[in-house]
Amino acid sequence: MTTAVETIRDTPFTIGGRTFQSRLMVGTGKYRDHETMMHAIEASGAEIVTVAVRRVNLDRTNEESILHHLDPKRYFLLANTAGCYSADEAIRYARLAREAGFNDFVKLEVIGDQETLLPDAAGLLEAARTLVKEGFKVLAYTNEDLITALRLEEAGCAAVMPLASPIGSGLGLLNPFSVRTIKRRLTVPVVVDAGVGTASDACVTMEQGVDGILMNTAIAAARDPVGMAHAMRLGVEAGRTAFLAGRMPRREVAVPSSPLEGMLD
Amino acid sequence: MNATIDVVVNGESRAVAPGQTLLDLLGTLGLDARTVVVEHNRHIVRRPALRDVTVAAGDAIELVHFVGGG
Repeated sequence: MTTAVETIRDTPFTIGGRTFQSRLMVGTGKYRDHETMMHAIEASGAEIVTVAVRRVNLDRTNEESILHHLDPKRYFLLANTAGCYSADEAIRYARLAREAGFNDFVKLEVIGDQETLLPDAAGLLEAARTLVKEGFKVLAYTNEDLITALRLEEAGCAAVMPLASPIGSGLGLLNPFSVRTIKRRLTVPVVVDAGVGTASDACVTMEQGVDGILMNTAIAAARDPVGMAHAMRLGVEAGRTAFLAGRMPRREVAVPSSPLEGMLD
Repeated sequence: MNATIDVVVNGESRAVAPGQTLLDLLGTLGLDARTVVVEHNRHIVRRPALRDVTVAAGDAIELVHFVGGG
């Protein structure tokens, strides 16, 4: 016997004028093979899929572009500027990505340090301003710093993407307070990018009220990437739904769940 | 005329026939112009213009595409 469940109505997830059903975005790096990647993306339910811009390898004839596997009609390709350490370099990569002809969205990364891969806020702002002027929809990968996030919004970014923890670290959401503050203060979508390690991390992150999560390594480096992709989908949905449902207040003392009346003498 | 000219493609020097266009070069390298973005001396060359740009000695050409990434 089944019971009809009143599901919670969510607002649409819209970035740069495009609306998506899934609040989970996934990367395409570090998979052991294309088949696993495609199954994992499918299991994640993601519609937005990130790709990187790199030189064609001229020594390997017929080297496959990732577009041989990812259908650009089915997935929204979000090019990144990963690996760029200056505003100029990131701008150059973004322009090349747009020329590929799919859309004018870019996941802007300007990295400031090789060990931590933490963003360079000054370079990020500079690149964001230029790219916004050129008509790009900029999704800016940034620190969990409110002021930088505000400046990125003022610069015209379509979304601001604070990190949960460093790229590829899997440490989860290290600073929920900062991410919550950014979400509360910004008008543009806030998508947490990088650092999520497992489904509970995705759930806790979404419970902060952010609009979405972008992840790559947590799925690609799982023992079973397809299974983890499914778990992430559920984690994101659970966290989002819990946020909308509104959690109970935290209390420092116990409050009984059962009646105090009617106890035996 | 047998002489070739040297251009730098993706950071490596290559000898190509003089008078080649960027589209010719892609063909020589076995690349499909629809899946590659071409940067010629730091300027992006849009696909329809690839046949109009002739490579010259010393030109720096970057050929890029999308790969897996986060």
